[in-house]
Amino acid sequence: MTETPLIGSALLDTSLAEAAVSPLAGARIGVVTFPGSLDDRDAARAVRIAGGTAVELWHADTGPDALRGVDAVIIPGGFSYGDYLRAGAISRFAPLMQEIARAADSDKAASLLPVLGICNGFQILTESHLLPGSMLKNDHLKFICRDQTLRVENNSTWWTSEYAAGQEITVPLKNQDGQYIADEKTLDALEAEGRVVFRYVGMNPNGSRRDIAGISNAAGNVVGLMPHPEHAVEAGYGPESAGVRSTGTDGLGFFTSVLNKLVGGTK
Amino acid sequence: MPRIVVDVMPKPEILDPQGKAIVGALPRLGFTGFSSVRQGKRFELTVDGEVTPEILQQAREAAERMLSNPVIEDVVSVEVVAD
Repeated sequence: MTETPLIGSALLDTSLAEAAVSPLAGARIGVVTFPGSLDDRDAARAVRIAGGTAVELWHADTGPDALRGVDAVIIPGGFSYGDYLRAGAISRFAPLMQEIARAADSDKAASLLPVLGICNGFQILTESHLLPGSMLKNDHLKFICRDQTLRVENNSTWWTSEYAAGQEITVPLKNQDGQYIADEKTLDALEAEGRVVFRYVGMNPNGSRRDIAGISNAAGNVVGLMPHPEHAVEAGYGPESAGVRSTGTDGLGFFTSVLNKLVGGTK
Repeated sequence: MPRIVVDVMPKPEILDPQGKAIVGALPRLGFTGFSSVRQGKRFELTVDGEVTPEILQQAREAAERMLSNPVIEDVVSVEVVAD
């Protein structure tokens, strides 16, 4: 077995090799690396397992070419800039984030770039004002790491179309600043517009308002959530599923959703 | 060299989890006179030379745009401190 590069074409096994020649391979998903990103490798691997092509993006790259012509972008989890100032607060001003904001914001772009922010990526999206609200430290003040059940409240976004409405999925959750907050008016608007995409089920792990685990922008191309779908895409490395250890692959739908939408849209 | 001091506090309506932990720990050291703690941030911006109105304005803008997040925090003061 050979080690995969951070992002690249090397493949681990035959199932991945088959995926790489799938019709979805033409869809190119960029994964951003900041100083302190941790889950860029897993996010890129999730894209490849889902059948797409992962493209490495670098936070400091400038200009329209910085996005390398990708069809969608994942802002991965981790502790970019060590969470200094506030989680995501410094990454938000990275040159590449300016390009992503321009391409994803409905006021400024003709065709909207799909963007998924996971954990620290979600924090960066709120700091960028691409998504409303903010994150506080977990109400119990502890780092939490657990397999977390979520309910898919909106399956019409770019990143959730492969799920059934109301479907419950289990993916890992691991964070310190995961308490989603926004003022009541904003929360009411999110609910009314169907922009609460995921809610925590069974327990609220961090005090998030209205059990919100993830939200979208109005157009549905930008989605952010605290839990980690990219860690639940491959049997043997995921959460428990149906009582069997490490077999959960509920996160894969995020990546197949965007890939199928991208390929379907260009056919 | 003069410094501009920026103070940022969590918004009053937001429960400050860190402040809550601190107020819970104070009585264990015998400090029983405090009913609430809120934890904020203090930034010291050093200026090479004179603090002009333009530089002070820059500090105010930096405080609003970067040093604080208006969803959860207020900039409570931006003041020049001469050494």
